[in-house]
Amino acid sequence: MGIRQNAVTVLFGPAGGGKSTLLRCLNRLNDLTEIKASSGRILIDGENILDPKTDVIALRRKVGMVFARPVPLPMSIRQNLTYALELAGEKRKSKLDEAVERSLKLAAIWDEVKDRLDEPAIALSGGQQQRVCLARVIALQPEVILLDEPTSGLDPISTGKVEAALLELKKEYTVILVPHSVQQAARTADYAAFFLTGELIEYGEGKSLFTVPKQKKTEDYIMGRFG
Amino acid sequence: MMKFLAQNRHTVQRLGFSAITLMAVVTVLPIVGTILFILFKGGSAISVEFLTGFPHDGMRAGGILPAIIGTLYLTIGTAIFSVPLGIAAAIYLAEYAKDNQWTRLIRIAIINLAGIPSVVYGLFGLGLFVLFLQFGTSILAASLTLSIMTLPVIISTSEEALRAVPQAFRTVSISLGATRWQTISRIILKEALPGILTGVILGLERAAGETAPILFTGAAFFLPRLPQSPFDATMALPYHLFVISTQVPEMPIQIQYGTALVLLVFVLTMNVIATVIRSRARARRQW
Amino acid sequence: MEKSLSWREFIITRLIQSSGYSAILFVALIFFFLLREGLPTLGEVDASSLLNIRWYPIENYFGILPLITGSLIVTLGATLIAVPFGIGTAVYISEIAPRWVREILKPLVELLGGLPSVVLGFLGILVLSPFLRVFLNLPTGLTAFTGSLLLGGIAVPTVVSVAEDALDSVPRAYREGAWALGATKWQTIWRVTLPAAKSGVLTAVMLGIGRAIGETMTVMMVTGNAPVLAVKLGSLFSPVRTMTATIAAEMGEVANGSTHYHVLFFIGMVLFIISLVVNVIASSVVFRAKKRAERILS
Repeated sequence: MGIRQNAVTVLFGPAGGGKSTLLRCLNRLNDLTEIKASSGRILIDGENILDPKTDVIALRRKVGMVFARPVPLPMSIRQNLTYALELAGEKRKSKLDEAVERSLKLAAIWDEVKDRLDEPAIALSGGQQQRVCLARVIALQPEVILLDEPTSGLDPISTGKVEAALLELKKEYTVILVPHSVQQAARTADYAAFFLTGELIEYGEGKSLFTVPKQKKTEDYIMGRFG
Repeated sequence: MMKFLAQNRHTVQRLGFSAITLMAVVTVLPIVGTILFILFKGGSAISVEFLTGFPHDGMRAGGILPAIIGTLYLTIGTAIFSVPLGIAAAIYLAEYAKDNQWTRLIRIAIINLAGIPSVVYGLFGLGLFVLFLQFGTSILAASLTLSIMTLPVIISTSEEALRAVPQAFRTVSISLGATRWQTISRIILKEALPGILTGVILGLERAAGETAPILFTGAAFFLPRLPQSPFDATMALPYHLFVISTQVPEMPIQIQYGTALVLLVFVLTMNVIATVIRSRARARRQW
Repeated sequence: MEKSLSWREFIITRLIQSSGYSAILFVALIFFFLLREGLPTLGEVDASSLLNIRWYPIENYFGILPLITGSLIVTLGATLIAVPFGIGTAVYISEIAPRWVREILKPLVELLGGLPSVVLGFLGILVLSPFLRVFLNLPTGLTAFTGSLLLGGIAVPTVVSVAEDALDSVPRAYREGAWALGATKWQTIWRVTLPAAKSGVLTAVMLGIGRAIGETMTVMMVTGNAPVLAVKLGSLFSPVRTMTATIAAEMGEVANGSTHYHVLFFIGMVLFIISLVVNVIASSVVFRAKKRAERILS
């Protein structure tokens, strides 16, 4: 399975299908759990990232991740955004400020928080927090952004804002999304992959997959016959 | 019949509750009583001379300054060794250790350290620090002995504080390209700090009040001057109280109560600080 | 820069890891030094005189039985006090007390745990023992019983905090289930909550005993320091001498390397082994209970 650059690819299917696990493999977050059973290869820019010699730190900077529940780190909004950059060695204030503004704008939250950058991020609403988390990932200028049901805890308006931000983002980044509903999958997908109990059932362009799926199982799921 | 039973059950409950409440009162009252009693009895002994003077007339007059300073030295010495080591060990257990036989062994070791009688620590300190390493009867030897005794308290409270920090912070930080240590030093430790501080102070509080571990490792009966180096022996409040209440005949009772009061205030202050830090951190915590 | 970062990470990780393992090292070191200084006893004093009833070191009588019985009787007394009062207080704090009372009681009990034992011993000498001498009409107030009373107080905080933890971790659903079936709060405590917290309460008792047996200063100050065999009921009200007090009282005056010195370390070794056994039992109770809970849950 290949994933296109500058497009939104959605991984969808019923719970327990291995979508999140796959997502976590893509930036080696699976290393944190003590279960390790990864065989096969995942190539990014032609390099196998499961290779033990891979520099995982660099990989995680290249492949950012947004989680289901917004988790602002216990610091100010600005610090949330500069945290990763500072760890990467960026010390120049002008660069950091620039990154803060640019990524908050891309995540469509700049106007809401620009006057309160030094307040704790936890004080924001859930939807705002999630967009700050998205901005935090963008600040690193990754190549790939992974989103694991990023709107599952959000109201429809916030969800709309996040989805709108994704459309902007795909112009510059490769976006891989685990949506929290089939509707969201259909709305956002340029490409879509359907997973069922750990297997990839079907993978193709979003438009055709959601209108004329090739596999019976995919069709059943989209039509809501199980799941 | 049913009504009678029900009434009976509630009488039993009322009696039972009263009994338990009484037990709690009987347990707690002596604590309050002890503290108030010593405050009351010792208060009149406290004066500038008592707090800043040296003992004279074979301890029967004068002040207890060297004992106060000595206990301060011992507490600081204990902190220097036990705080970094204890927190590091807690970080290992909370953040790095896998759930295997070795980790279980470490935990058993910590439980045992916590249970070893304080006088046995004294013997150990005598054997290892005073005699084998030839530190002599000294502040250094006594502080090291107290440090090892204090470790389990610091380790277990710090580990608890570290574990209370939500896992999500770790995942997020790692996913942003932080190393494990960067995550710990920049986020986790900061969040766990109040809990760790509470544990550290409670541990040091115990060390400050201990007598048995310093009996043969660093405590001196009487010294005409303050200790000049870590290799000098020192007077200490708990040991001094022991000495003047059992070893010195015709000791004025005022001085005894005064010394007990100073020791108690020393320990209580640490306890109150720890309690305040903990409750304030709980109130302010956002996760 | 990346290179130096990974080196730093490596070194810090190693440091932290060795700190973790240091706990094992310390227990081993303590045991080693007790053995090193205590084992020569067996070559210098033969077993029969070691297990004798006369402790009179100046004339080379090193019978440690009086000291062991002294420790046992004082600990037994302390346990009989600390266990009911400790568990009672724990039940009160976790099941009965209103919230604000709990917020006051918990720190207070913790405070008792932090009171220096020498202060309690001091009060024992000045207040408790004269009172007991008059009240019980004894020749001296410095007895095993005085020690037991104070030691009970010292062991109570340990029992309370561990038992309270155990009661607290009983799922609320257990209690609600019992109430729903019409049990009173009192019946629920006795038939549901306490049994469910049994292993934790047992641990509390063990740790309380461990605390009592190892306590030194208080017992040295108030039990009268008489190394006589304490096996009669009346022994409770006469002076005794515990193992811990013996070490504390005599170690300062012996010549390093003498037989007396070795015997004192030997007693320390016995104490170490007792505390090891008590703590291993206490913690294995917890581990087993945890495993059982995991089995039920999975």
